[in-house]
Amino acid sequence: MPRGYAGKFLEVDLSSGSIKDTVFSDEILKNYVGGRGLASKILWDRLGQRWETVDPLGPENIFLALTGPLTGINPGARMCISGKSPQCNGIIGSTLSGEFPVDLKCAGYDGVIVTGKAEKPVYILVTDDHAEIRSADHVWGKEAIETIRILVKETRDLLSERKPNVGKIKEPSMIYCGPAGESRVRTAAVLQKISHAAGYGGYGAVMGSKNLKAIVAKGTKPLPSAANPETVKILLREIDRRLIERDRMRRWGTGYGGYEVGARQSSEPIRNWQEEWHNEERFGGPKFDLRYWVKRYWGDFNCSVCCMKISVIKAGPYKGAITDDPDYEMQAYLGPNLGIFDPDKCIYLSALMDYLGLSGINGGNTLAFAAELYERGILTKEDLGFELKWGDVEAFEKLARKIVKREGICDILAEGTYRAALKISEMKGVDATKYAVHVKGVEVGAHGTRSGLDYNPIGYACSAQCGDHTSGVYDAYNDMGMVFHDSAVICSFCSHELIWDLYRAVTGWETTQDEWNRVLGRRIIQIQRAALLLGGPDIFWDPTLHDDNPPRFYEPLPSGPFKGKTTDRKTFEEMRKQYYKAIGWDEKGIPETEELRKLGLEDVDKALEKLRK
Amino acid sequence: MERGKRIVWIVRDYLKCSGCRRCEVACSLSHEGWIWPEASRIKVFMLVPGVEIPHLCAQCHDYPCVESCPVGALSVDDATGAVLVDRDKCTGCGVCIHKCPGNIPFLHPKDGKATICDLCGGEPQCAKVCQEAKFNALWTVREEKVGWGSINRKLFARPPEELTEDVAVNLYGERSEEMI
Repeated sequence: MPRGYAGKFLEVDLSSGSIKDTVFSDEILKNYVGGRGLASKILWDRLGQRWETVDPLGPENIFLALTGPLTGINPGARMCISGKSPQCNGIIGSTLSGEFPVDLKCAGYDGVIVTGKAEKPVYILVTDDHAEIRSADHVWGKEAIETIRILVKETRDLLSERKPNVGKIKEPSMIYCGPAGESRVRTAAVLQKISHAAGYGGYGAVMGSKNLKAIVAKGTKPLPSAANPETVKILLREIDRRLIERDRMRRWGTGYGGYEVGARQSSEPIRNWQEEWHNEERFGGPKFDLRYWVKRYWGDFNCSVCCMKISVIKAGPYKGAITDDPDYEMQAYLGPNLGIFDPDKCIYLSALMDYLGLSGINGGNTLAFAAELYERGILTKEDLGFELKWGDVEAFEKLARKIVKREGICDILAEGTYRAALKISEMKGVDATKYAVHVKGVEVGAHGTRSGLDYNPIGYACSAQCGDHTSGVYDAYNDMGMVFHDSAVICSFCSHELIWDLYRAVTGWETTQDEWNRVLGRRIIQIQRAALLLGGPDIFWDPTLHDDNPPRFYEPLPSGPFKGKTTDRKTFEEMRKQYYKAIGWDEKGIPETEELRKLGLEDVDKALEKLRK
Repeated sequence: MERGKRIVWIVRDYLKCSGCRRCEVACSLSHEGWIWPEASRIKVFMLVPGVEIPHLCAQCHDYPCVESCPVGALSVDDATGAVLVDRDKCTGCGVCIHKCPGNIPFLHPKDGKATICDLCGGEPQCAKVCQEAKFNALWTVREEKVGWGSINRKLFARPPEELTEDVAVNLYGERSEEMI
């Protein structure tokens, strides 16, 4: 067994209730590592030959919660959630931080593979080399804080009963879905703690579709050992020293971005991306910091950066809201993009997203999309049952709650921005897709391309992770770093120049960064790409049409220092062409036979034959 | 126990705890040679999200754990004031856990013996990494063993549930009521 791994994966079939250990060969682990890479391998091997027919929200989908060999060792423990994505119908590696993956590894498991569907709501409890399926009837429908409170108490009491004399047992940690996941809203996140979310991909809905409320773990063993523990310890000292020097990230996290990204870079979504510039100083970092942050350093296991902060509103109409910074993405999507420029309102809605289990980026994007349709008279008060104006917090809260309950027309909005746009276009006889800011069904992160100062023109359009702002592409080589982060699994904000040295010291493998960028990472991307292009069953992508930015990204910026600037289509097309060539795709964007064979992906090549016709 | 004698104590500021658990990492690296949160002598409880409680020996002035040990396995380090466990003598009966007002000792997941912070012999690694990262939730002081202020130490020997309740009110105000 390679080092850095617990050595086995927990496999639970919720249909039959069977629980077993699954082991992957050293060869598979060396090639696919963990997290996003291993998820792609597992999903392709098990579902690849019938990919188009697999309903992401059907029992045939597989829910994956995978660690990697660096989870818990590199600062800031992180894990990767995956499966066939109900947003893009491909494979997204969606990562989130927290102690759950550490508990899982200390219990002797590198990940959890969930298949089938439980008859009634359940949760899975993982302890040392053991797992059990337990009823979740009493937490079904519960929001985040209530879910955590009940399950922490219940499992902690249970473990204390089983081991009555060992002392106070620390709280088990968990991943869970909120009410949004339960009602299979496609923008539902998988969460840890409060406000730690794997949002991209819509895997909260996959949990919900399996009647799986949570996976709870408590492990009492040490983290799996490393190949060269003494080297790891020396590296960790140096890594910590370097991360602690990241003053700006530590002091502010991304919690000052809500002002800065708009004001300085003109790349922040405002009113469903109609604008990308604002100079609202009342939305500035210090306003969040001084009034609402009760913890200025909040982090996850072994993190020396602690870029998160805890916001609490203690007075005024939004009293009681608790969330993290909010970080930049939440600030943008639950702030200016809804026409909101007051920190307390933004914190309130960010917290609401957490409570409901909606992804703040994806779900937030849909709220703004609906508001623009309302502004344009495409959606009306009659449709919604209330007015939906920019900046109206109460209206957005109502909308979010109705989406989660799938009430009335909100049942359509619960399908995510793009699917909703298609249906509303059909219903209303207009083209609503031009207001849908997504890439292949995944609502894009809060970084625009128009000013030219932030994301590059092909970053989202050609990415296997679609609208995911944490995995943009550019040269088909250096951009493989993000694939490594999601596979190893580490937090991008805790990455550093020594990561490959650490990887080799932990695993004992001699893998180099160049080998990863040329072969291993690339292989993972090709599998993800194949799954994305095979798509289905409800939506299929044609790269010549859909390897593109949202239409809005080609409208000229209407305001600010970059007024009139937009994404240049010619530049975009030239870059896309170059990227296709660099990554081994033909002019239609389909991975070429030669490329796939070189990587040993003959079965992928075969599956893509039908698309080449 | 002469007056004026000083011992080592780890100050704990729960409100500043980032929840990074690098103290657990440092403790287990130092005592176990590898990262092992459940074997760490300092444990960060997070019974309520965001309310992180570093839980470790408070070195009560009257050491009820030492007094209660039926086999005499516990003693006080004269130099630091830490409680030392004689692992050969310890039977893992758990009496010290129950006699501790904070239920702070625990039985080690490997050998089932009582496990208590030994202050790393006077240079606690947990406080060191917390200081290095500038979180200031833990730092080391030298305190009078008896005399002024010494009885206050015992007030920190409380179960994690109680400490959580206090800190939750401080952080979250009224909202904390529904979180505990």
